[in-house]
Amino acid sequence: MALDSKQDDRTHQFKVVGTRPPRPDGIDKVTGRARFGADMTAPGMLTGRILRSPHPHARITSIDSSEAEALPGVHAVVTRADFAHAVADAATADVLDNCMAGDKALYDGHAVAAVAASSPAIARKALKLIKVDYEPLPHVTDVDAAMQPDAPALHEGRANETVPAGLSPNVVARCAFGHGDIEAGLAQADRIVERTYRTEATHQGYIEPHACLASVGPDGQADLWCCTQGHYMVRNTCAEILGMDQGQLRVTASEIGGGFGGKTTVFLEPVALMLSKKAGRPVKMVMSRSEVLRASGPTASSSVDVRIGMTKEGRITAGFAELRYQGGAYPGSPVDMGAMAAFAPYDLENVKTVGWDVVTNRPKAAAYRAPGAPMAAFAVESAIDELAKGFGLDPLEVRLKNAAREGTRASYGPTYPAIGLEATLRTARDHPHWSAPLGPNQGRGVACGFWFNFGGDTCVTLNITPDGTVTVTEGNPDIGGSRASMSMMAAEELGIPYDKVRTVIADTGTLGQNEVTDGSRVTFAVGLATIEAARAAKREMCRRAAQIWGIEEEAVVWEDGAARPAGPNAGTHPPMSLAEIAAIASNTGGPIAGHHEVNAEGAGVSFATHMVDTEVDPETGAVKILRYTVFQDAGKAVHPDYVEGQFQGGAAQGIGWALNEEYIYGADGVLQNPGFLDYRIPVASDLPMIEPVILEIPNPGHPYGVRGVGETSIVPPLAAIANAVSEAAGVRLTHLPLSPPKVLDALKSK
Amino acid sequence: MSSIHVTTTLNGDPAEFLCEAEETLLDVLRDRLGHTGAKEGCGTGDCGACSVVVDGRLVCACLMLGAEAAGRSIETVEGMAEGDKLHPLQRKFLDHAALQCGICTPGLLVAAKSLLEREPDPDEEQVRYWLAGNLCRCTGYDKIIRAVLDAAAEMREAS
Amino acid sequence: MNYQAPTTLKDAVTLMQGDTGNCRILAGGTDLLVRLRSEMEEPDTVIDIKRIAELDEIAEEGGGWRIGAAVSGVRMAEHAALVAAWPGVVEAMNLIGSTQIQSRATMAGNLCNASPAADSVPAMVAAEAVARVVGPDGARDVPVAEIPTGPGRTSLARDELIASIFLPAPQTRAADAYLRFIPRTEMDIAVAGCGVWLALDAAGTCTAARVAVGAVGPTVRLVEDAGAALVGSKLEPDALDALAEACSAAATPIDDKRGTAAYRVHVAGVLARRAAVIAAKRAGDTT
Repeated sequence: MALDSKQDDRTHQFKVVGTRPPRPDGIDKVTGRARFGADMTAPGMLTGRILRSPHPHARITSIDSSEAEALPGVHAVVTRADFAHAVADAATADVLDNCMAGDKALYDGHAVAAVAASSPAIARKALKLIKVDYEPLPHVTDVDAAMQPDAPALHEGRANETVPAGLSPNVVARCAFGHGDIEAGLAQADRIVERTYRTEATHQGYIEPHACLASVGPDGQADLWCCTQGHYMVRNTCAEILGMDQGQLRVTASEIGGGFGGKTTVFLEPVALMLSKKAGRPVKMVMSRSEVLRASGPTASSSVDVRIGMTKEGRITAGFAELRYQGGAYPGSPVDMGAMAAFAPYDLENVKTVGWDVVTNRPKAAAYRAPGAPMAAFAVESAIDELAKGFGLDPLEVRLKNAAREGTRASYGPTYPAIGLEATLRTARDHPHWSAPLGPNQGRGVACGFWFNFGGDTCVTLNITPDGTVTVTEGNPDIGGSRASMSMMAAEELGIPYDKVRTVIADTGTLGQNEVTDGSRVTFAVGLATIEAARAAKREMCRRAAQIWGIEEEAVVWEDGAARPAGPNAGTHPPMSLAEIAAIASNTGGPIAGHHEVNAEGAGVSFATHMVDTEVDPETGAVKILRYTVFQDAGKAVHPDYVEGQFQGGAAQGIGWALNEEYIYGADGVLQNPGFLDYRIPVASDLPMIEPVILEIPNPGHPYGVRGVGETSIVPPLAAIANAVSEAAGVRLTHLPLSPPKVLDALKSK
Repeated sequence: MSSIHVTTTLNGDPAEFLCEAEETLLDVLRDRLGHTGAKEGCGTGDCGACSVVVDGRLVCACLMLGAEAAGRSIETVEGMAEGDKLHPLQRKFLDHAALQCGICTPGLLVAAKSLLEREPDPDEEQVRYWLAGNLCRCTGYDKIIRAVLDAAAEMREAS
Repeated sequence: MNYQAPTTLKDAVTLMQGDTGNCRILAGGTDLLVRLRSEMEEPDTVIDIKRIAELDEIAEEGGGWRIGAAVSGVRMAEHAALVAAWPGVVEAMNLIGSTQIQSRATMAGNLCNASPAADSVPAMVAAEAVARVVGPDGARDVPVAEIPTGPGRTSLARDELIASIFLPAPQTRAADAYLRFIPRTEMDIAVAGCGVWLALDAAGTCTAARVAVGAVGPTVRLVEDAGAALVGSKLEPDALDALAEACSAAATPIDDKRGTAAYRVHVAGVLARRAAVIAAKRAGDTT
């Protein structure tokens, strides 16, 4: 085939990409037919339930489950003792310990035992019959308190080689990034802002609780159905924890009711498999909302010191941040990504960030949309805002003056290719929102945000059916419309209508390894693999046409959905459409398919600028969001509706984080608000319309220029809102959430 | 513990089931009647994912006992479309991309339908407050509100 | 658990009387089912009173309104004459929870749940509402303010239930209002709440006022100083300041996940001031 796969498709006139067709799973989702994690049943199915620690920190001295086991209807009881297989990988061993506590319960809600019973009522009753002896231990839930030398220690010996000696054992890792000379840079500044910023832990808040259905046979073969962002990850992790061969465990991803990073690990799945193995029956487990909040991944809380120097013209001379994140009871807070992202939007001569990963008696942090970055951006973007306003400078112009661009050496190391930050800032400056009038007690804030975006292991198979339609088989759960985008890219590449392509998510038995749906990778990486799989199919169809026409393969091109002879020696054969080639494929060598397997690189970083108007009630401290505009670079928006949806959704989550969402622990170390009543995510009446402005600065690493868009949108809102509220209130607010009591206290302190 | 025999009407069809006294209407719909369109997001009436209509009133199925359904008429998302003809709200949710993950969608559709039956011409604020009990974590509500307003406009024109 | 759905009040009382275990009344269920779900409560018997016809109606009585214990919030909101007579009580009831909750939640249930933060209770106390309590010995009328005795506790005997709540006949140039503060715009429990009833003379001078605050103490509290601060005034700034101070002074809240004590003390006063202005506007409009 003459088609050069390196051709620059970004200059093409797209026919399908950029349109807004209906999604393939749409009808099922508006009619109630779509099957989510808790919607599956199996013959002979049992109900699994988990017993959880009421203590934030306790030694488990004994567990007696004999009475529970004797209860009629109980078919299995599982404790940590059942997980006898030695897990070699330390991170996976932590995952197991998080799914089922070992010697110690490390947080309120930590799983200590599980039962499988013939009804939910019997399972509930059985849990009450399990006797656990706890020896309560002192606990710590605050990041700064946990770093004190005399703080209660969760583990000993978990600090890695980056941590200097003499610190609390709760400090488990240190990282540092940057270049230049901070002190020299600060010496050139006309003003320096030095402040500490704090954020509280927030939960991803997906509406669908974790759920799974496990079935393990006595022959060792197992099936698992679950809501997850990555069923290959579930397979690999569960197989390692249970000591199974990965090939013997087939995992099928259900429709997923939100994840936002929180479903990139396992909680119930290994336990359900173990219960099923012991009971010899399928076992279904569904978390309650309270279990979701107590025991599945929130993100880190943070405490960040910032020092930034600026000239009176608005040039940043130095930026320093020291970030302390607690990631719950095990190593692995996203502080490293926060430390990398903190100054990523800026072109700085002198920049340094230091991050500390700290463990506390809280649930193990899971990824949450741009993990680690929103808190870092809150600190840095607040300080920049304060400096700009202190000099009477326009905060957008100050950001433009310092903006990273193509060729900038990023604070975390690499040199940027073409990026879209300046475009978002200029578009924001020229948008009517920026010049709209404000009323009394109102303030406008802006902030920038960055996310890396990822690629990773990806497999796609594209099959041509005998009637000339196309099925795309991919391995990444569709969390917000990605099946539509895959079908669109396949249709674009093959030159056929969108409705001739259907994309399905395969189980783990169907494709090779696929990285989790995370890092805003799917439209980029699975899209790339889909395009390459389509190209492989096109090459094969051109070969078949060449064979039929009796000409050289090189003399056939693929255009507008058909093979065509090309060049002076190709003859005058009429074009053969995809359907025509498919119809006789059996006679020309057999079925036609394309596939592509890749560790996708070149994801292309993404930037956004957010603008928000707020109003503060001076008597109550209540904050109202009046207007919100998102400016973000999408590279190329494949399905603009779902790109806009990502912008709007990220902004809304950021609004919640900034204003009302927080994990509230009592002095007893127990989570006070494990429900949607008091873990207050935004409701419809809290928000205005959120205007999405899509910018398209093509990513050189993708055939169509696509960049990930899912995560960047949650990075700027914390700072943008804090900047807006600080302006409206006339006082700088540095501790999120900006709940009414905090805002009122700030107003009174003026 | 003896089961309770309940006769009711589900999306216009006669239905009967046995349940325990503790079981909620949501448990019954999902586990006994095979209607899994209503979702459990919280089990405490805070998220609206289990919204259904009982005798014309919008309720959370998790906050009603199954036994209370005796003699009532229950409408769920499964009953919204007429045959293969989607309800205008269902169509507009698709047209406006008013769903991402789709877990809150059944509850939102049932709740929005209940609104438009009472108020065919709501303004944005009315829609937002009526739907305040239906949490969506994906969309920021923008496209949902637009879909409801657009469906209302279409339904007014058609009537 | 045993589920009963009697069709007469007499049967309900007989069931309660005969029950030796933990027996709970199910009206709207919006609190009870949450407690069942979280296993905070495991009653032996639940008595559903919604099939008792006489408890399911709003009836005019001597110019006032008797609201059955099974009447939901939305039914109150749809009752134009009730809304006209007691707009503050109805808006307080309608603030509770979502549209879905409004289809089920009842004012008697809100009262019997005995949460210090119950929205309808300050409004009812300001309105001088009276609960009709029915038990084996017949019926007795009890001022609403005397029903809750502490968080989750009431003055009802274990075999008594509230059959209805009576709101007196409205007076001319008098009206009520209720405001609460919550962190979001909907779906939260009150951080503080304030119900105000007041009467004006023809010149617009306040002749009588009752002010009750919620969520700032173990029970809803009628603040007599706050009412007195309004009487004789035309709600001038000084009078409103005195009202706010009296409400803040009467507040004895705790720090919790919904707000700090200091914040609640302050906001109780802010709400009183705002609610009084609304009530006065309504009272003026009734002439």
